[in-house]
This record gives sequence, C-alpha cells and structure tokens, in this order.
Amino acid sequence: MATKKKTDWSKDVFKVLKNADVKQVAYVPDAGHTSLIKMAIADNAIKPVSLTSEQEGVAVLSGAWLGGEAGALLMQSSGVGNVINMLGMANECRFPLLMLVTMRGEWGEFNPWQVPMGQATEAVLEAAGVIVHRVDEPSEIAETVEAAARLAFEGGRMVAVLIGQRVVGFKDWTK
Amino acid sequence: MVVKSTNKYTLQRRKVVHRILEDRGDAAVVTGIGNAVHDVASANDDPKNMYLAGIMGGAAMVAFGVALAQPKRRILVITGDGELLAGIGSLATIGVEQPKNLSIIVIDNQAYGATGNQHTHTGRGVDLVGIAAASGFKKTALITTNAELEAELQHIHNQPGPYFAVVKVMSKTSPRINAPKDGTYVSRRFRAAVTGESA
Amino acid sequence: MVNKKSKTWHWSQDVHQLFKKIGIKQIAYVPDGGLAKLLERVQADKSMRSVVLTTEEEGVAQMAGAWLGGQRGVLLTQSGGVGNCINMLSMMQECRIPLLSLVSMRGEWGEQYPWQVPMGQSTIPALEAAKVIVHHVDQAEKVPETVAAAAKLAFDANRAVAVVLSQRIAGSGGQG
Repeated sequence: MATKKKTDWSKDVFKVLKNADVKQVAYVPDAGHTSLIKMAIADNAIKPVSLTSEQEGVAVLSGAWLGGEAGALLMQSSGVGNVINMLGMANECRFPLLMLVTMRGEWGEFNPWQVPMGQATEAVLEAAGVIVHRVDEPSEIAETVEAAARLAFEGGRMVAVLIGQRVVGFKDWTK
Repeated sequence: MVVKSTNKYTLQRRKVVHRILEDRGDAAVVTGIGNAVHDVASANDDPKNMYLAGIMGGAAMVAFGVALAQPKRRILVITGDGELLAGIGSLATIGVEQPKNLSIIVIDNQAYGATGNQHTHTGRGVDLVGIAAASGFKKTALITTNAELEAELQHIHNQPGPYFAVVKVMSKTSPRINAPKDGTYVSRRFRAAVTGESA
Repeated sequence: MVNKKSKTWHWSQDVHQLFKKIGIKQIAYVPDGGLAKLLERVQADKSMRSVVLTTEEEGVAQMAGAWLGGQRGVLLTQSGGVGNCINMLSMMQECRIPLLSLVSMRGEWGEQYPWQVPMGQSTIPALEAAKVIVHHVDQAEKVPETVAAAAKLAFDANRAVAVVLSQRIAGSGGQG
C-alpha cells in the first residue's frame, strides 16, 4: 500500500470533518490514523484530545455536544471493546457520536492477539446500538465519513465508520 | 504541540530490563504489550514469562491475580507507560489490596512506541510515581540513572511490596526479536512452570 | 441442599457452597445490589480472597492471572460492567483461559431507571459477540445448578462463561 494513498484519504476525511464543523478530535493513537491526527493537531480551530482509554473519548464528545460543539473519536478496533458501557450514555441521551475506527485483526493480520477483538468489533458496536458503515476502498472513505457525519450530527445517532485493514495496512513503526 | 515524542533521558530500555531480569531468581514476569515483550524475551525466553502481546491495560491486574495465587513467589510486571495508563485504576485496586510479592516496573519512554511515538500523558506532566504513592504502594521510585537502578534492585526483587517504579528511558527502541506470540502456548507454559502442574 | 421452598433460602447460599466445593480462591467484583447477599457470604469466607475493583476489566485481567498462577476465581459484575470488559475478554479467547462470571442484570425485567436500559439490552449480544458462552437464568431455584454447569464449562472445558441473572430474580434494583 503506497503511503501517498493513505495520506490522500486522510486529507479528504479531514476536509469532511472541517465541513461538518468538527471542533474536538479525541483519539488514542493508531498507526492508521497518524495523518488525520497530525492534521487535527496542526489545525488551530480544532482541539485535539489524547486519551488513555477510548471510553474517555465517548464521554468527552458527549460533553462537546452538550457544550455546543461537534467532535469525532478516532481509534483502533480494539478500542471499541473499551467503550461499550459508556456508549449506553450516548444511546440513552441520544447524543450524536461520530467514530472513525481503523480495523485490526482481519485482512492480513500478523498479531494473533488482535483477531478476537477485530472479529467482534462490528457485532459489539451493533449490540450497543451503533450504526455501522464499513469501508474497504480508499476512494470511498471520505464520502462514507461524510454520510456518517450527517447521520450522527443531523440524524442524532451514534455512527461508526470502520476502515478496513485492507486500506490502512499496518506499518510497524519500530522497524 | 508536536506529534512525535522525544525526551531527554539517556537510559536504554533493553539494558534496563536485562539488568533487572539478571537478578530475577525464580520470579515470574508479566509483560505489557509492544516493546516490553521484546525487552523481556530478548533477555531470556523463560517459561515463567507471560507475554501479553496484544492487550492494553491488563498487565498489572494479570500479575496481581498471579501474585495472589503464588504468594511465595515474586511477580514482576514489566510494561510501558501507555499500557499502564490504559488501566490506571489498577493502581488504586492494588494499593488497596497490598500484595507483598508484586513489583511493577514501568519502562517510560513517554510515547506510544508501537503506533508512531505519539506522546503519552507521562510526557505531558502526569506523574505515575505520585499516583502509585498516593494509592498506597509500599515503596515507589523514579529511576533515571544506572546508579538509581542499582539502588532499587533489592526493593524490586526482595523487599515487601507492593512496589512501583518508573524508569525513564530514551525514546529510541531496540530491534524486535522473534518473541512467542501464541497466547495459548505461552499461557500454558507459564502456568506449568509456576505451579509445577501441567496446565 | 436446603429446602428451596423455605422462606429463608436464598440462591447465594448454594452458590457460595458450590464455590467452596470447586475450590474458588479469588473473587473479583464491583459491588451490585443483585449480588449483595452472595458478596456478603464470600467476603465472610476466609478461604477465598475478595477483591473490589475500580472497573470490571481489571477483574477479567485478575482472573487470567489467577488461572495462570494455578487458582480458580469468579468475576461478579452488574450488566453495566460487561460493557467495560469487551476488549479484555479478547485475551481469554486468544489464550483460551477459563473465565467464570456472574452477571446481575439491570435494564430488563421491570426496570424503572431508563439509563440502565441501553447497556442492559446490549449485555447478552455484546458477551456473545466477544465469544463468551451465556447461560441466562430467570428463576432463583435454577441459579445454583446453572452456576455449577457454567463452572464445569469454564474450568473443565476451558471456556469463558457468563451466568446472566435476570433482574426478575433480584427485583428491579436501586436508583442508579
């Protein structure tokens, strides 16, 4: 997978987030989200929030909405397993929630420990009442996020965009 | 704010971990995810090592469970700052429970090393040693030099705990090795080694 | 076995005796009303160590450690806590480590507190998505035999098993 391609979809997704007036970007770092996180940090209109655990992000973005701002939560699929109880709040209060999830534990995974959570990601999100959009084509990511943002912020729903491991690949930063 | 974390520290994580493990005796070791696996496995792939090669925030409590089950044996946690932060409440639980045979050593490079060296909160002012001390750990230490490390070794291995140390290390990592990553294999090997029974 | 028709009988008596019989040594829990009587019994029992957690995922990790160290344990949680364990449960699946847990339900039978409903309704699907075997029980009389069966499946067949105790058994619970 060419690095350029990866940056390209991130740029388009970032534009979508800007157009949706996203002001808070909460994240647990993941290699697949690197470019997007960099752009969020570099943008003076966006408040980047790095988290110790993804459930903090659901709470932060609930607060963002209560305070009148839109936000997005960026995480890896394993992080989905850390947010299920906190999603009960967003569900109960009908808070909009936009999550961009980079997948692990599926296409070409090399770390067996990632597989159980990766295979459970979509099912647990749906169990928690989240609407899931899955995308495996780099060219379709931005439009999918755009639709998800509309469903979240205007439709008042919890929406997750799952970005397939086929798209993000996996770069081992330590090599 | 910059994305990539660099820090001023000079200790090398792998040398630190190897030095600690030199004196391990019959201790069991539970590692966190990522570099900690490779730091520990490269010293010696001891059957009493449990490599948690793919879970964030669980190392301290897995080791605590082992510590309760194996009260006569020292249990060491070797993990990273990001992994510990993901289960930070564990320090409060362990502080309350006071397991005497548990020592937690956080190899703190102030970054998420496996995802591109983004800052963790320890590089932005969060004091893990302070949190552990306030949670009731018997002995805590901040280690930034070899001399400090040498002085702490007896506490890590021999003195009554719970013990907690942060070792500040440079951000540069050492090469990965071919550490075992099959959880069913390492868990059964570990259990057989520490209990003397077949798992 | 106590006469289950007796007014003084409570399922927690038999479950506590079962825990002793099968050698449970570690109890990890986040307090909950539906489990209060069982918690009182196990806390009073010096043959097992009760550990209060800050969040339920710590308990999954502790249970993995208990098994690695050669002991058996049980995780006691309210249904809300299940939502805090999903990622940690992947370790049990990946390493095939036994897990026995008792989950007291909120957000179902006669629930009066709306905030409990979303997680309560997600509890069983989320457990099943995380590949935990679920035994749902909604009559007090059937709790002991269900826990006994679940314990065999967990410790003898090396599986992650949750006994989900309906809110019908415990009543509709407290305020929060």
